[in-house]
Amino acid sequence: MTHRTTAAPGAAITWHHLDADDHDHDHGGGATVLGFWIYLMSDALIFASLFAMFGVVSTSYAGGPVPRQIFDLPLVALNTALLLASSITFGQAMPHMEAGRIGPTRLWLAVTGVLGAAFVGVELYEFSHLIAEGAGPQRSAFLSAFFTLVGTHGAHVTVGLIWVVTMLVQIGQHGLTGEIRRRVVCLSMFWHFLDIIWIGVFNFVYLYGVIR
Amino acid sequence: MSTRPVHLAPEDHGTAREHGSRRRYRIGVALAILLTVIPFWLVMSGALPNAAVTAAIIFALALVQIVVHVVSFLHLDTQSEGGWTLLAFLFTAVIVVLTIGGSVWVMYHLNTNMMPMPDSAPSTMR
Repeated sequence: MTHRTTAAPGAAITWHHLDADDHDHDHGGGATVLGFWIYLMSDALIFASLFAMFGVVSTSYAGGPVPRQIFDLPLVALNTALLLASSITFGQAMPHMEAGRIGPTRLWLAVTGVLGAAFVGVELYEFSHLIAEGAGPQRSAFLSAFFTLVGTHGAHVTVGLIWVVTMLVQIGQHGLTGEIRRRVVCLSMFWHFLDIIWIGVFNFVYLYGVIR
Repeated sequence: MSTRPVHLAPEDHGTAREHGSRRRYRIGVALAILLTVIPFWLVMSGALPNAAVTAAIIFALALVQIVVHVVSFLHLDTQSEGGWTLLAFLFTAVIVVLTIGGSVWVMYHLNTNMMPMPDSAPSTMR
């Protein structure tokens, strides 16, 4: 019983494995991490409404192009691989951060940033290609919903990239202090969250769009 | 109930927790890759002739993959933050299902019952 009660407050203070190494300084990470989680959940509701809108108008082509004609699945597969790989490389950075190893933490964060930038680059290429083909957001309700949903996700990834660069600079300036760790933990949650939203995008928008 | 085990308990707990977390992460990575490759393969190779069956499978795999990511990458469990993250997640999941499922369901029936479908609109008018 004493085991449980002593362990419980430590486990409740911070997010997943941060608590194991962080008992030397209390930086109020618990409230921040829970608050950030609530933010992610509210962001999930934004995406839910965008998915709902896309679901409702996904066959309203207005005589314009249908998904089968405009979606390039090998390109989507490449993008999916890039984002999933970036999520995995971020996961590689976390144990190094917990152990206080600045070099490997920054290296894996930088790899994550490069993969994320490649994802945004491929998506921008896809968008410009679609618009050049006459399949821009103003063509049909389906394409408006597509650009809004996928564009909102892309905008989130772009913000995540700015955050990654900020953390690379801040780790260089301040090292892995409690505040910096807390920020990297929030960023990792944000980054994994965006990968989860992408699961919905590649399955419901691209793959289902092509076979229906 | 000596003081020694009480003092050691949090560290033991932390190490075990950490070890479990790494293992969960590795399993998550393997499952995530598998659950991404299968739907792409199904659709790009056209392995199943029936589109409805393919759709049902990729939707089911997507739901499984979302759960895998949330558990192994976002580390959602019943203990973290005293269960509040799980509660917030479950609440969000209910709202997400209601929003997406409800909208698609209602609007689909509205379309079939009240309006000509967009594709059939010109032929109906003629």
